[in-house]
Amino acid sequence: MRRLKDLIARRAMLVLAAVPGLLVFLMLFGLLSRSKAILALKSFTGLLFGSAWHPLKGEFGFLPFLAGTLWVTLVAMVIAVPVSLLTAVYLSEYAPRVIREFTKPVVDLLAGIPSVVYGVWGVLMVVPFVGNVLAPLFGVYSSGYSVLSGGIVLAIMVFPTIIHVALEVFSAVPHELRETSLSLGATTWETVKHVVLRKGLQGIIAAVVLGVSRAFGETMAVLMVVGNVARLPKSVFDPAYPLPALIANNYGEMMSVPRYDSALMFAALVLLLVVLVFNLGARLILVRIERKVE
Amino acid sequence: MRTSRRRRLEERVFKVLMLASTVIVTASLLVIVATVVVKSLPALRLSMLVQTPKGGYYLGKEGGILNAITGSLYLASGATLLAVLLSLPVVLYINLYARKKSVLATFTRFSLDVLWGIPSIVFGAFGFIVMMTLGLRASLLAGIITVGLLEIPIMARAMDEVIRLVPASLTEASSSLGATKLETALKVVVRQALPGILTAVLIAFGRGIGDAASVLFTAGFTDSLPRSLFQPAATLPLAIFFQLGTPFPEVQERAYASAAVLTLIILAISLGSRALIKRFTRHSIK
Repeated sequence: MRRLKDLIARRAMLVLAAVPGLLVFLMLFGLLSRSKAILALKSFTGLLFGSAWHPLKGEFGFLPFLAGTLWVTLVAMVIAVPVSLLTAVYLSEYAPRVIREFTKPVVDLLAGIPSVVYGVWGVLMVVPFVGNVLAPLFGVYSSGYSVLSGGIVLAIMVFPTIIHVALEVFSAVPHELRETSLSLGATTWETVKHVVLRKGLQGIIAAVVLGVSRAFGETMAVLMVVGNVARLPKSVFDPAYPLPALIANNYGEMMSVPRYDSALMFAALVLLLVVLVFNLGARLILVRIERKVE
Repeated sequence: MRTSRRRRLEERVFKVLMLASTVIVTASLLVIVATVVVKSLPALRLSMLVQTPKGGYYLGKEGGILNAITGSLYLASGATLLAVLLSLPVVLYINLYARKKSVLATFTRFSLDVLWGIPSIVFGAFGFIVMMTLGLRASLLAGIITVGLLEIPIMARAMDEVIRLVPASLTEASSSLGATKLETALKVVVRQALPGILTAVLIAFGRGIGDAASVLFTAGFTDSLPRSLFQPAATLPLAIFFQLGTPFPEVQERAYASAAVLTLIILAISLGSRALIKRFTRHSIK
């Protein structure tokens, strides 16, 4: 009887263990089959690089949205990469125990804050700051709802991702290497520069790639501060309309315009593909590092 | 000597930059929470928490966000339950049943990592497709399914980390006493890793209750309290989003207040789970 229970449990668990992998494929398959209607009309690249967006006339060009996503992601990474990496280096190489114990939960909490709350904060603080302070400083007009605002909010949202992965990478660098460098008379920073960062380079790349892919798909917070104007942005003070925001904003009317739903599912498919490629790359690097440590 | 001075200067400069970065990261949490809480004060009233929206609520009339609070709690609870039912067996299997370095275990871990990176709006779109396929409409149930799927990678990865740490000697001792794998799994491993498992559940719950993009398509929105699994349910993140989208300052203030409520729920969950770990680790075998 006990053996039978064990056997049943083993079989059931085996089936369930296949679920995560299956889910990834189901997502790809589901989105692909829903995008068929729009792909029948125009080629993959034609959709991606077309710049005319008139759903009512049946024109679906995703270029403005793709450009919006790339702009916002780029700005976010320009801010987030140096800040997160410097923080990670500080926490792993310099910080006294007390500070480390205090900062790690803070980073965890930052990761746990819902994206709408980031959005509300962005509207309250970042948008006015960009519109009333930064834009006049550069002598341009901006409503504040801009690529820059989106990038700033997004940067804070990806801090935890990059910091976490970077910390893991740094802790995988053997202590003997650091000690050798220090005993040769190198300062702590020199040790970081020549040993820790060099040894961890691949892992750092993986951390940044994971950050990029997190930024790429973030929806609500960006949507709330970025302005949502379907035009190619010319500067960081211009509004943009990222791909995820497009999906989220139009779910209401997508069933009433022909092929609109298919176009939005295509947008989701593009997001999924980009994020999958980035994640696969980053995870493969990280798995390799983990193997080396073991 | 000059090079040594330059070396020391470089060391200093980077140390300052690192400290500044750490301050930026830490301060952003405080600034975000403080801004939202302070801005919410004018509108935050008890009546807001215990009433549903009355007629004209979104124009600035009386009412509250009880519909969204209960909706979110139901939705996140259901989704978390679903995620536990799916995640725990998966994690137990890849840690106890599968051989070390088995292809399935590696593949499953990898898939979980990949799923973890998929944006919630994509989960939302996928949930929408599932909904259409099953013939459901936007409802509490569709929301629960979507958010449940979203929570699986978050929960399973966190559980995997703690269950991996259960000493092999414990499971071996249990097996040598004649326990089957299932008995070992449930009575030894789960008990030993319980604090970590609970934390994983709470983290996933927090993520589920705060996610907006995935419920946008699937859970719908309504002004009344959720009554059935097959009816639309309001959620807190969407209530914030919609209130902020109105042109009325009074209603926007309520969006801030709702955001404060959501933030406080999330903070309470994270701090609670930390306390849980401290409390329960006393009972596990070191």
